[in-house]
Amino acid sequence: MLAKRVIPCMDVKDGRVVKGVNFVDLRDAGDPIELAQRYDEERADEVIFLDITATSDDRATTVELASRAAEELRLPYCVGGGFRTVASMRTMIAAGADKVSVNSAAVADPALITRAAQAFGSQAVVCAIDAKQVAGDANKWEVYVAGGRKATGIDAVQWAEEAARRGAGEILLTSMDRDGSRDGFDCALTRAVARAVDIPVIASGGVGSIEHFAEGIIEGEADAVLAASVFHFGELSIRQVKEYLRSQGIPVRL
Amino acid sequence: MIAVIDYHKGNLRSVERGLADAGAAVTVTDDADALARADALVLPGVGAFGDAMETMDELGLSAAVKGAMAAGKPFLGICLGMHLLFEAGVESATGQPVAGLGLIPGTVERLPREDAAGMRCKIPHVGWNTVEGDLVDPLFEGLEPGSHFYFTHSYRAPESATTIARTTHSIAFPCAVRFGERAYGVQFHPEKSSETGMRLLRNFVRIARS
Repeated sequence: MLAKRVIPCMDVKDGRVVKGVNFVDLRDAGDPIELAQRYDEERADEVIFLDITATSDDRATTVELASRAAEELRLPYCVGGGFRTVASMRTMIAAGADKVSVNSAAVADPALITRAAQAFGSQAVVCAIDAKQVAGDANKWEVYVAGGRKATGIDAVQWAEEAARRGAGEILLTSMDRDGSRDGFDCALTRAVARAVDIPVIASGGVGSIEHFAEGIIEGEADAVLAASVFHFGELSIRQVKEYLRSQGIPVRL
Repeated sequence: MIAVIDYHKGNLRSVERGLADAGAAVTVTDDADALARADALVLPGVGAFGDAMETMDELGLSAAVKGAMAAGKPFLGICLGMHLLFEAGVESATGQPVAGLGLIPGTVERLPREDAAGMRCKIPHVGWNTVEGDLVDPLFEGLEPGSHFYFTHSYRAPESATTIARTTHSIAFPCAVRFGERAYGVQFHPEKSSETGMRLLRNFVRIARS
């Protein structure tokens, strides 16, 4: 039976993990590879490196990171952040990334997903969606771009459907309302998207406790759950989360 | 020396590194003569069936693989590298079947979107799934039935007499085949399957040396 995945996400700038990492026993807590290996030992199912470097000029460090990861990691990894062209995605895949995630550029040019899926296969193309609930309508969410700063007027569920139709292999769905809140995933949003598409959905944004992981999977119907700070700060270990999920009857790899 | 066959569709570094860590001397090559000299071959999985076969044929790699198989060389096909072993596959620009290496009978087809009970299944099949069967083959030595491996694919191999393990996602499909004394194909990615995958690669390297 296919296991539900638990995925730690690392924000990376100039090849270094940003947002403090609190593992005392790491030689270099800022090294994304060392951190990813640590998560591998804890049974992370894959890792996501999100490149938050502001300009594309600094991309070289992330390409370097992707090729070091191909060398050193024994688990799949996705690189996201700032891709505008198939060529830039190709560079990352050629460096060894298993998947790339696209966000703003795909909203501006949905055919980017089509072209990327044709070039690399759907399994390598993740469509990241940042969504925010529409005021006054509990069952409507709007897509935001530019790191969540810019509203688009686009319905998040419809955009997810289009991305899937165009060949995206997975949806990485972040709730802007919940991100950083520690209130748990937006399960209504996650469920609405998970039911609308035939591809896996990764829930993101809002984890503050171990119970939230199970909620994302059971109530949100997510195929995978993503978190960052609860793992980076050592509040919860991935193994602990997976043991909890198993105790709730959810299939996981341990 | 194990040759990892490069058909120009992607990065083969993790396969190369995984085999090296499993104790093998490894070379990555697109040269048919190098394949003829190698002691064992690994056909990794990147790209699409039709595309991959075209490049393999152009570079003379298809003939080199068939030659190596006729000579009884150890072989491991991974993901698409397993699919290519079959007679045909429907993963092409037109959706029409394209000829494969033809070492195992049958056609590689799309995974169904629904299981027998009509339950919808997410395709691509992405993530860690269990490998079912008795797993008595030496390739799985030290691994229990129900071990998790990492899968990422939308197509699946057909049933044949070569099936040695299965995985279920919408339907039960072959996830490992043995089509010769020391010739294997696996649907999952051992190079991306953490410790479990390393164990399988070490087993293959040992089998290749035997």
